[in-house]
Amino acid sequence: MTSTSDSSAEQAAASGPMLAADGTPLKKSIARALRMQKLRALALIAPLLIFILVTFIAPIADMLFRSVENQIVSTTLPRTITTLEGWDGSAGEAPGEDVFAALYYDMFVAAEAKEHTKLGTRLNYEQTGISSLFRKSGRKLDDLGKDYQKPFEKAAKDLGDGAAFHALMTGTGPSDSALLESTRARLEALTGDSMAGEIGFAPGAEISALLPLTAAAYADFAVFTARVDGDAPADEDPWEAVYTALAHDLATPGTIEKIASYTGPGAELLQAAADVAPSLPDYRAFFEDVDEDWLDVANWSTIQTYAPNYTSGYFLNAIDMQKTPDGTALRDDDERIYIMLFKRTMFMSLVITFSCILLGYPVAWLLANLPMRTANLLMILVLLPFWTSLLVRTSAWKVMLQQQGVINDVLVWLGLVEDTARLIMINNQLGTIIAMTHILLPFMILPLYSVMQTIPPTYLRAAKSLGATNWTAFWRVYFPQSIPGIGAGSILVFILAIGYYITPEIVGGTTGTFISNRIAYHISSSLNWGLGAALGAILLAAVLLLYWCYDQIVGIDNVKLGG
Amino acid sequence: MPKDASQSAFVEFQRVQKSYDGETLVVKDLNLSMPKGEFLTMLGPSGSGKTTCLMMLAGFETATHGEILLDGNPINNIPPHKRGIGMVFQNYALFPHMTINENLSFPLEVRKIGKSTREEKVKRALDMVEMGAFGGRRPSQLSGGQQQRIALARALVFEPELVLMDEPLGALDKQLREKMQFEITDLAHRLGITVVYVTHDQTEALTMSDRVAVFNDGRIQQLAPPDHLYEEPENSFVAQFIGENNTLEGVVETIDGESCTVRLDGGEVIDAKPVNVSQPGERTKVSIRPERVEFNAERLQKGAHTLKAEVLEFIYMGDIYRTRLRVAGNEDFIVKTRNAPDQRRLQPGEQLEIGWLPSDCRALDA
Repeated sequence: MTSTSDSSAEQAAASGPMLAADGTPLKKSIARALRMQKLRALALIAPLLIFILVTFIAPIADMLFRSVENQIVSTTLPRTITTLEGWDGSAGEAPGEDVFAALYYDMFVAAEAKEHTKLGTRLNYEQTGISSLFRKSGRKLDDLGKDYQKPFEKAAKDLGDGAAFHALMTGTGPSDSALLESTRARLEALTGDSMAGEIGFAPGAEISALLPLTAAAYADFAVFTARVDGDAPADEDPWEAVYTALAHDLATPGTIEKIASYTGPGAELLQAAADVAPSLPDYRAFFEDVDEDWLDVANWSTIQTYAPNYTSGYFLNAIDMQKTPDGTALRDDDERIYIMLFKRTMFMSLVITFSCILLGYPVAWLLANLPMRTANLLMILVLLPFWTSLLVRTSAWKVMLQQQGVINDVLVWLGLVEDTARLIMINNQLGTIIAMTHILLPFMILPLYSVMQTIPPTYLRAAKSLGATNWTAFWRVYFPQSIPGIGAGSILVFILAIGYYITPEIVGGTTGTFISNRIAYHISSSLNWGLGAALGAILLAAVLLLYWCYDQIVGIDNVKLGG
Repeated sequence: MPKDASQSAFVEFQRVQKSYDGETLVVKDLNLSMPKGEFLTMLGPSGSGKTTCLMMLAGFETATHGEILLDGNPINNIPPHKRGIGMVFQNYALFPHMTINENLSFPLEVRKIGKSTREEKVKRALDMVEMGAFGGRRPSQLSGGQQQRIALARALVFEPELVLMDEPLGALDKQLREKMQFEITDLAHRLGITVVYVTHDQTEALTMSDRVAVFNDGRIQQLAPPDHLYEEPENSFVAQFIGENNTLEGVVETIDGESCTVRLDGGEVIDAKPVNVSQPGERTKVSIRPERVEFNAERLQKGAHTLKAEVLEFIYMGDIYRTRLRVAGNEDFIVKTRNAPDQRRLQPGEQLEIGWLPSDCRALDA
């Protein structure tokens, strides 16, 4: 024994790192020995770790992401957003013709993919009335195209034929793969589905140079038909938007001259179409005709403001503010609700926590100081409601507290309250406070009890023997030692209360509801998930902040849930 | 001072009874009076009622029957905080959330004593137990012995005339305990306070007290100074409980004033001093202290009865030899001899004759 330790000490002195018996560095062999242990420990907690990651961390991360995510505008109206960049709403003028043209083609694709109403709903959160604008326009988009399609078909019947148009757009020679790929990418972003795979169409480079808008519109049609509808583009008649684009291209100066020298497939069809000599489509007039609100600067400002992929708009909304062209501003008085709800949630949670302390402390004291048998009986009485369904307990309070309920009946019967002046104790703040205090009481009593159990009764005796009255002994000696229990109970109750949903929903009426009820409304009724997520994120931040404050003031080491 | 206790009784129990459940008496007919300045120890096995007596005196339990007097005044109906009795608890009961200074000034604060006086008294009390440098610490930062001193200082800081101690040294190791025993008695005598001390450790009781009350079965079996208790136990319980003791059982044969003869169950006859036997024919337990047994025949009185004994075991204990013998059928008969140059080490199996002075051999109740 001594010789080995001597020799290793010598080695250490001679060569620096300490070596294990087999000559490997000691640190390395310790790491190797501990690695197995660590792996085994990790394997043991792996199921829980994965469970928490999947069901807790991931949803929270997703929620936080949703509260800032805003890709719907740029995916639904990509070309409109690009052309809108140069527009300045402060001039008081609606955007120019190019923006409306881009809007027309974007809207057409979006309407085919049925995405335009979603965008309408999204923008409606920010600007009321915009949703109907999108809905109405989506229905009428075909009309403009049809106005051009008819004269074209009259001039050459094959212009209305899918196969002939397909051949015309395919052309000869090299194809414009860049156009096809950009179309694919745009539609992928729009629908959220993969657009990879065979399309059955490749726009000819020559024709796409000659008729850029038509080629783009037809590419939209082809990719959508092939990948979403699952049909061959050659078998289907082109969208009306393709004819609008054709008219636009033909009306562009210089195009007709170039067509005369074009010799590719369908050159005669193209010549026939050129002979129609359509006028340049007036997109702006078209949209004005659909709804004159399209010329409203406010609507365009909203679209421009919410064009970026990420926005603080949901968070601003969650604190009763909004984005305006001039920056952020408070909402109008009658539109403010969330700050008030947050304040109410905080205030009521505090009241509930305080009531729980007030009611729970004596019970916990009794539990800790009664003889075992009686204490166990009392403990069952505390736990029995705990084991009863939350819904049943809340509904029971409804029966108890309503105006025709048990308590009011008794008060009237005793003559304490006039029959006509029955107390309103439910569907308001009072109802929520009473019901939630009752429901959360065990969360206060149990930690208090476990802390009080560890306070030996000799402390009280000692205090009394030193001359303290019962009250002084309690207040100076017993109470300070029970504070960790109060802290633990308060944190539990407050954090549970601040996010409570079911009870305020049932007994809260309109004045007794919490922020969580509003979150639920946005998640399940108004479907404004972004705002719901922002409200949730603020709530989470508020809880973490309070927790931090508590740690600073009381110290989290002072929280005891048991022994 | 202890002799005429009843005259100037400072603490007095008069026919006190206590029952918790209404069926059994934990304290049966307790009568006790102690003068001012006495250090009295209540000694007894657990469940003998000694702690209950202390708690009744402190006011945490009420007597079922009887009267407790403090300085001549009945205190049965006075709540504990008005009795002005200092108390040291078994586990010290120092308030963990207060510093040592705060702990000590607590009894002064509740008595509404001014800040400067308070600080002065706290300082004096801490110096008294040599803990002056520890005032700013919390109890959990102190060792057991230090906590013990603080508990003592806290019980004394408001200058009570009576201090109760409930097994205060139970949690300390042996060496520290012996040191503290000395310090407590020294302090008590220096301050002239009256102390009621509860313990189940007989060494503690013998070394510290002016008088010891031996409790058993809810009664005081004997109330006497330590030397009396050890050398003149009044009944076989006290003889057994205090110190080591050899017991032989038999029947009183003759009795004559200060001496009697007892025929042991094995047939042997021995001399003894009758203590609570009064007539021949009574069964008795004879008690002899191990260090009073003599096996050197020359040192025995002439004509003294001797007994045959066989050495079973010899134990070397440093300062003394402890020899286990078989005597009159009793295989646990212990003899203690001093480790002296002339002392012989007995070998197991050795046969010898043992005897003792009749006055050391007490015939007690059976």
